[in-house]
Amino acid sequence: MSAKFTIDDLKRILREGAGTDETVDLDGDIAGSDFEELGYESLALLETGSRIEREYGISLDEDALADARTPAALVDLVNSHLAARAV
Amino acid sequence: MSVVVTGLGVAAPTGLGVDAYWANTLAGVGALDRISRFDPSGYPARLAGEIRDFVDEDHLPGRLLPQTDRMTRLALVAADWAFADAELTPSDLPDYDIGVITASHSGGFEFGQNELRALWSKGGQYVSAYQSFAWFYAVNSGQISIRNGLRGPSSVVVSDQAGGLDAVAQARRQIRNGTSVVLAGAVDASICPWGWVAQLTSGRLSEHDDPRRAYLPFDEDAAGHVPGEGGALLVLEDGAHAAARGARVYGEIAGHASTMDPAPGRDRAPTLQKAIQRALADAGAVADEIGVVFADAAAVPELDRAEAEAITKVFGPRGVPVTAPKTGTGRLYSGAAPLDLAAALLSLREGLIPPTVNTRPSERYELDLVTGEPRRAHPRAALVVARGHGGFNSAVVLRAPDPS
Repeated sequence: MSAKFTIDDLKRILREGAGTDETVDLDGDIAGSDFEELGYESLALLETGSRIEREYGISLDEDALADARTPAALVDLVNSHLAARAV
Repeated sequence: MSVVVTGLGVAAPTGLGVDAYWANTLAGVGALDRISRFDPSGYPARLAGEIRDFVDEDHLPGRLLPQTDRMTRLALVAADWAFADAELTPSDLPDYDIGVITASHSGGFEFGQNELRALWSKGGQYVSAYQSFAWFYAVNSGQISIRNGLRGPSSVVVSDQAGGLDAVAQARRQIRNGTSVVLAGAVDASICPWGWVAQLTSGRLSEHDDPRRAYLPFDEDAAGHVPGEGGALLVLEDGAHAAARGARVYGEIAGHASTMDPAPGRDRAPTLQKAIQRALADAGAVADEIGVVFADAAAVPELDRAEAEAITKVFGPRGVPVTAPKTGTGRLYSGAAPLDLAAALLSLREGLIPPTVNTRPSERYELDLVTGEPRRAHPRAALVVARGHGGFNSAVVLRAPDPS
């Protein structure tokens, strides 16, 4: 299996591509929080998805990306793509 | 009904915030210098009026930084300052009762340049999703609207330098149509290689390297202008609304007119004079009422002559004090005229006309150009003139608040 995508990778990419809301502690326990509560609207997630795709060489389905409402869900989505590629 | 100005937000090369800008403008401080934002050595024009003391992170939340061009960052902060100056909290107003109307010269050029570079050198996957709006003309209005919850009439006007006045005029129309408050004005910034190359095509940029001799409107040595970055946003308010909340009033937007010059090659005169006369008529003012004129000050001999002729035909030779504090900031494109409105309103309030810097006025223009020291005067009304590349002319008449 290829490199695993972790929540820390996601946090780094969120910071680089979309910045952080000062009222949100991204280093806290955010895995189950809704992206909207974390201050990320759909465009921020589009940018995040695009950065993940180019860094990890995968292609994320737009609908699946939109359905991933939390960091944990997005991490799972990316890992399922990485696992599928490794097969 | 009257439309009054109750708040000023200024981001200029000569000062961030109204107080710093005004103090430096009265002192005749010049901010023109060799470009530091990129290496200008390969370009024919190398000077600009840059804002050098703006630290983005000090003023804006982290979520906004990846999605904003420099001009938008400056505009967002100028908007914050304007509302603070007006002692107005937009969320206190009823929904749809406050809008934002800005002008833009070129949109977010630096952001666009970076993303086009990424597209060209790395591919489409490397282009920011925020490119979808960050370089648009309307982006400053949009971001200011989102940040402050301004859901009233909002738009953008694109007519180069004249746009700064045209946006204020459009705001005035919306207030007359029933909106209580509109934030209006412009902040432009495109001192980046792509923006620079675009500006060079006008053929109007000064190629001098001495900041004190590079931008000299109404001077025998006039040879083009130096661009700058920044501008101003003004809180415009229904006079009754301002009075009801006890707001301090800087002055009234009393009159406006805009005209279009005939196409090149037509045997007809430029129409700036008509714009001035119609703005006076719109204000119900006679020429004698105007105590100071803030000039467009192109520093291209033919354009200086056209402006001087328009002014002297309306006011008579040396008939009114004229000034161009933009000689200290460079031409800010759409941001220039709103900044002139701010300076003019401060002139009305303080009885001081700020000087034009560096220019040695040529006798041929027959203008009473204020140079050197600020001039003590007591203007009750001011005229601000702006022209845009391609034949746009615009003029606004401001009146001091009623002393009663």
